[in-house]
Amino acid sequence: MQKYSLFSLLKHGFKNHSDWKEAWRKPEPKSHYDVVIIGAGGHGLATAWYLASKHGIKNVAVLEKNWLGGGNTGRNTTVIRSNYLHAPSIAIYEHSRKLYEKLSTALNFNIMFSARGLLSLSLSEQEHRAHGRIYSTNRVHGVQSALLSPREVRKKIPLLANYSKDGFHLHGALYQSDAGTARHDAVAWGFARAADSLGVDIIENCTVENIVREENQITGVETSRGLINTKKIAVVAAGDSDQITRTAGLRLPIECTVLQAFVSEPLKPVLNSVVVANALDVYINQSEKGELVIGGRSDRQVNYSRRGNFQHLEDTIGSVLTLFPSLSRLAMLRHWGGTIDITPDNSPIIGLTDINGLYVNCGWGSGGFKAIPGSGDTFADTIANNRPHPLVEPFGLHRFQTGQLIDESAATGVAH
Amino acid sequence: MLQIRCPVCNIKGDETDFSYGGEAHINRPGATNEQPPNMARYLYIRSNPRGVQQESWRCSLGCNKWFTISRHTISQKILATYKLGETPQFNLSGKVKNI
Repeated sequence: MQKYSLFSLLKHGFKNHSDWKEAWRKPEPKSHYDVVIIGAGGHGLATAWYLASKHGIKNVAVLEKNWLGGGNTGRNTTVIRSNYLHAPSIAIYEHSRKLYEKLSTALNFNIMFSARGLLSLSLSEQEHRAHGRIYSTNRVHGVQSALLSPREVRKKIPLLANYSKDGFHLHGALYQSDAGTARHDAVAWGFARAADSLGVDIIENCTVENIVREENQITGVETSRGLINTKKIAVVAAGDSDQITRTAGLRLPIECTVLQAFVSEPLKPVLNSVVVANALDVYINQSEKGELVIGGRSDRQVNYSRRGNFQHLEDTIGSVLTLFPSLSRLAMLRHWGGTIDITPDNSPIIGLTDINGLYVNCGWGSGGFKAIPGSGDTFADTIANNRPHPLVEPFGLHRFQTGQLIDESAATGVAH
Repeated sequence: MLQIRCPVCNIKGDETDFSYGGEAHINRPGATNEQPPNMARYLYIRSNPRGVQQESWRCSLGCNKWFTISRHTISQKILATYKLGETPQFNLSGKVKNI
């Protein structure tokens, strides 16, 4: 791997930047791999990197139907936080957040992690009490958390409307100071480059058609670029996971729908933290380029269209203007929709399945980006040792039979 | 945005005038001693098709009655709208044309 540093930048500067190598190869698929990962999004690439770097399993392929990081990894609002409600979720998201802090160094790729803090506004007394509960739980589990007064909130977000005379009453906010954002494409590219340098084959434009099994053992996968033999398949395909495991006879408790986000034209810095308003179904932050990145609610009904819905666009923009009326003349640059995989309890599914050699990591719904390194680390450990990593043990498929659901619908709400 | 016509009171509206009730035609398994896998399937596994789904909607700003819609989950086209107890007017097993 060509190491990126100030020195290499200077060196290449003298050569007019003409001989930078490609960040990753474009290999042809081999006929056999130790592990085949389906889906080259953040989670799949992270899994590949941790398999190669921590567990020494380097004969790994990552198959991708389109292009690397082209799905939801490349189109989300990039929020990283860990202030969830239940202990298992807090543990895995906090693990992930901590990995994010050192990820740029570990990957030798600047992922632009910015721990700028996240405020979840309390817009009613009830919401403030609910935030109080999350605050207490987070403190017990060692997550940085604070409850802010309205005065403290306004100090942090001067842009916020003052509606005290119009019935819009700010009761405070739940605040996680070490939450933040990162550059989403860079996370995918960084993991891809680092995994590739360790020998992982990332095969783009390769559609998985069928998972092949003999009795109860995985033997290979049929793709648009031929049959690949393997004893271990990891399905990390978000909205397509359910369609893929179906070919092996496994049904997942997932329904897919569309989630959309918007990006405005660039502004001077106006917002230096992530702002979430669950009551208004909106979350917003300002990117390093100055664009406001805005997310809203997902659709309710099953929807694979990957097209946004004008009703949500209107609702979400209305909510933004309720919070920040001064943005009313702002033009939107881009608007996109992605397929998200929702589980009945809004928590992911990670772990082994009843089929030997078939592993799943999906169901992250609208909040998978923040979990990429943590999920990759624990899932790689699960695959390498063929048993659930302690952090993902509660997130196995078994929970839908035992009834031990991890219901995060309150702490996820709209906001991710 | 979906444009829906309620088959019960025959008013037409946007999807925001109706409420979504999830996949339709899911039968509860037998009352006694149901095994956990069957119960889990009933509670949590849905068709989640890339194609036509039968789904329940309620005319929540109109007559408040439940009815069923056949909708394609990629094109969003509504292929049939029918009352409870009726069957839709197209072949469910085959692929639907013109999508």
